[in-house]
Amino acid sequence: MERSDRRLSIALGIGLAGLVAVPWYRIESGFFALDWVSNFPAGSAEGPALVQAISHGRWTLAIITLIFAAGLAARAFRVSSFRSHLLVAAGAAGIVFLVLQGLAIGFTGWTWTISESLFGALEQGQPSMGAGAGLVALSFILMSSFGLAERGVLRGDAFVISSIALLIFLVSIFVFYPVGSMFIGAFQSFDGSFDPSGFVRNIQDPSIWSLDCVIGGGRCGIAWRTLLLAILAAFGSTMVGLCFALVATRTRFPFKKGLRLLTILPIITPPFVIGLALILLFGRAGVVTQQLSNLFGIEPGRWLYGLTGILIAQVLSFTPISFLVLIGVVEGVSPSMEEASQTLRADRWRTFWKISLPLMKPGLANAFLIGFIESMADFGNPLVLGGSHGVLSTEIFFAVVGSQNDPSRAAVLAIILLFFTLSAFLAQRVWLAGKSFATVTGKGDSGAHIALPRPLSIGIHAVVIPWVLFTLVIYGMIFFGGFVRTWGLDNTLTFEHYRRAFSFTFENGAFAWTGVAWNSFWTTIEIALISAPLTAAVGLLTAYLIVRQRFVGRNVFEFALMMSFAIPGTVIGISYIMAFNLPPLEMTGTALILVACFVFRNMPVGVRGGVAAMSQLDKSLDEASLTLRATSFRTMRKVILPLLRPAIVAALVYSFVRAVTSISAVIFLVSAEYNMATSYIVGLVENGEYGVAVAYSSMLIIVMIVIITFFQLLVGERRLRRENRVATAFVPSATPQEKAAS
Amino acid sequence: MTTHSNGSVVFDNVRKQFGTFTAIHGLSLHIEPGTLVTLLGPSGCGKTTTLRMLAGLEHPTSGRILIGGKDVTMLPANERDVSMVFQSYALFPHMSVLENVVYGLESSKMNKNEARSRAEDGLKQVGLAGYGQRLPAELSGGQQQRVAVARALVLEPQVLLLDEPLSNLDARLRRRVRTEIRELQQRLGFTAVYVTHDQEEALAVSDRIVVMQDGAVAQQGSPRELYEAPASSFIADFIGEANVVPCEVLRSDGGQAIIRVARLEHSVPGRSARPGPAKIAVRPNAITLDAAEAAAFPGSIRHAAYLGDHVEYEVETEAGTLFVVDPAVDRNLTPATNVSIGFHPRGIAIIDN
Repeated sequence: MERSDRRLSIALGIGLAGLVAVPWYRIESGFFALDWVSNFPAGSAEGPALVQAISHGRWTLAIITLIFAAGLAARAFRVSSFRSHLLVAAGAAGIVFLVLQGLAIGFTGWTWTISESLFGALEQGQPSMGAGAGLVALSFILMSSFGLAERGVLRGDAFVISSIALLIFLVSIFVFYPVGSMFIGAFQSFDGSFDPSGFVRNIQDPSIWSLDCVIGGGRCGIAWRTLLLAILAAFGSTMVGLCFALVATRTRFPFKKGLRLLTILPIITPPFVIGLALILLFGRAGVVTQQLSNLFGIEPGRWLYGLTGILIAQVLSFTPISFLVLIGVVEGVSPSMEEASQTLRADRWRTFWKISLPLMKPGLANAFLIGFIESMADFGNPLVLGGSHGVLSTEIFFAVVGSQNDPSRAAVLAIILLFFTLSAFLAQRVWLAGKSFATVTGKGDSGAHIALPRPLSIGIHAVVIPWVLFTLVIYGMIFFGGFVRTWGLDNTLTFEHYRRAFSFTFENGAFAWTGVAWNSFWTTIEIALISAPLTAAVGLLTAYLIVRQRFVGRNVFEFALMMSFAIPGTVIGISYIMAFNLPPLEMTGTALILVACFVFRNMPVGVRGGVAAMSQLDKSLDEASLTLRATSFRTMRKVILPLLRPAIVAALVYSFVRAVTSISAVIFLVSAEYNMATSYIVGLVENGEYGVAVAYSSMLIIVMIVIITFFQLLVGERRLRRENRVATAFVPSATPQEKAAS
Repeated sequence: MTTHSNGSVVFDNVRKQFGTFTAIHGLSLHIEPGTLVTLLGPSGCGKTTTLRMLAGLEHPTSGRILIGGKDVTMLPANERDVSMVFQSYALFPHMSVLENVVYGLESSKMNKNEARSRAEDGLKQVGLAGYGQRLPAELSGGQQQRVAVARALVLEPQVLLLDEPLSNLDARLRRRVRTEIRELQQRLGFTAVYVTHDQEEALAVSDRIVVMQDGAVAQQGSPRELYEAPASSFIADFIGEANVVPCEVLRSDGGQAIIRVARLEHSVPGRSARPGPAKIAVRPNAITLDAAEAAAFPGSIRHAAYLGDHVEYEVETEAGTLFVVDPAVDRNLTPATNVSIGFHPRGIAIIDN
């Protein structure tokens, strides 16, 4: 029983420190600058909660202190039903009150009129929450969790309960609170009062909903255009992806390994780069355009700038993703099904159409929905190619940064975009759930996939080979483009762009990064290095809870976490601005908001990887560890994590790379101090400095390739072994413990 | 690893529900210290759930569990004085054999040197001294099984839990290992709770057997009691095979009951049989096919299977189809042969009376 006392003491210690030892409110110059130490604890800005409550008349903080004291008092009792109830109640009350008072009292006083009429006007508002508030919130959460643990909830496992509680709390703050704020923001005017007129005006805006292209001669509304684009892009990338998957698994195509390499391209390529390369090829000054103009006298047109160009760029960008999804699906079709079909007198053609393809249907639908969501969320390609024919994600951006500056319009557009992506996500989860025919039967499922019918085989090669060549040309353009002085006008080769971006000098023995790119480059690496381990940790912890623990609402928990995957980056970006610009939480312009954004946007991928890897670990390993007196924390550290090393490395690398290459959310959140590489490049593109932009992009791609290769080599062997097998989600007999069990 | 303190186990009206499904209905059970008790039953009967509740891997919905007289109902698994041998052994594949065995000792905050020497002792006990540096994957199935036992035993738990410990071994090895486990248990004198669905295994190792059915205890007792005096046709059929034949008890008379089966009267052991309709469980080897006595009744062979040391017959009779095991392999009765059926009183038990 002493274990429960010890952990409770730690939780209470944290809370106590939060109340008396650090400033309650946010410090303007940053907590770690430590400027606040000189005025601590008496200063009205720097004081801890206790001082704020006593000498600065902040009675809400006094209430928080009192609630905390109730938890403190519980420590004096022995473990009992009373103590556990008290802890749960104090923790829950504390966190609820903390949140409520934070939301209710803004800079100038009450934010809600109802509280003003209830409690009377406040003489002072309050700044944003700071270190003290954070520690006390943590303490309250732990308090409740430990109380629940003492009551035997979840087999009395304090670590598991606190992890769940903390994750829910963090996801609420960094996913649901911003999205909620955005919804509210749609109904607010600039001063924050309720004003539905902006919402009403925007939701009826014909530029969003117009159906002119169907019934009249004009253009359709932006919502319809985005939807059309997403459907076309999803369809295109699914079809091409299927061709790739078939070629890679069912033919004797000689460069299969090379095809698989394609799948890492979208991860390492900043999302606007394909669009950029297309401009270099087909833009008005593009190579192809100019050649056609010279040879055949075809007038250089602007056809690329608009939905056509975006569509091409998106199909190019998302084909590797759908290839990755479909390769598992195609390989997952049990060969014995096809063999059975053949013994039943069906020829190859009939076997493919009647057996193989229907078995792949759920997988195809899944790939389609992923492509749909990706297209909806894509920001980089529409930004460089869209011109005046924008899509929802870019319109949101221009609604806040452009001359319009209409947050209500941005919120409405974001809500529409969110509606589309969440519908697709729901369709994917609800409609496709349990419909997978990927027949993973484990042992005894040998046999070979039959060859494709000849005409089909020729057909898919006719798609795949040109497409691969096209992709190669595109990437060739990116690398070549950085060495050309002025694209289309002056095609002399030069190192000028690289020198401008990445020069450094030695002067008087001092080393200086003089290139224009270095500043954003190092910021990017720094932020990515901070967020990658956090993302991996949060993702794998979540995976552990989802796979290994049974608790009430587990499905809802998983669903909510995975849902953040379907929230487009632009929506996250705009909602973060709306949520974290004013008390109770103020983070815009800091590195923290970038890190938070990356962690909660990329976490679902860590979760998926972790879930897949953990499902391969026999549950009895954890249970054995528990019955051997280890806590779940020790179990995780000593048993699960070492066995999950490949998944951890994958999550680390992936979240690092994603942090470096993503743009959609980042572009809203960067500041002069913390500018990221991608948003800097987009800035270059907008200024027409294609040379430097392309040079910088290729540099990023090369850095990413180096990093991925490095980690591949580090954990290479196991991954390689897995790739040679028929790679389904579960690989029988590939993991050591299964060998041990057999 | 010689002192295994106390070690009694009590289940007091324990219920376990998973959602709307009730896995265990009000289970009450008392296990004496130092005995090996088997939980036996078909899959889904709740035996593994019972074991896992004892281990702390599941918590009961209501009721109490006591180990060594102490209420552990709400105690998490890692704070209970039990340890468990898993069906899959659950050896940590990334740790050596010795690290596996040391793991539990270090989790209990024992100092490293002592833990190590205890672990080496433990490996010696199961005959694996010198295998400490190997990885589990480098051992045979039987050796892995012994590592799992050693890993559990070095913690000197009050109760050792074994969850189908032999199911991953081949038939030959199974017999040897179960003897080893029984010997180890008797030598060290710890309490053991053993889950299996194999009745032969249960008969071979147990002091007592608890047969479970649909989340409740169907019958408990020593192996001999269960075999010789099954309480229901379920038990009779589960522990050894049995033909269940309807009968009528005519009278009981000094430990013997006179019953009527197929119009003929038999005298069978049955102390408290009440007159009236009942059933008898007849062991397949208690049926003779060449009975000469007056109580013999006619039958006709329907199917015969030669199995080396015995022949299995299905015999059509007016009491229904009987399953017969006949050690006389040379008789070679073919289908449609008429036989004369007799019951051996020692293999008959009155049930459902």
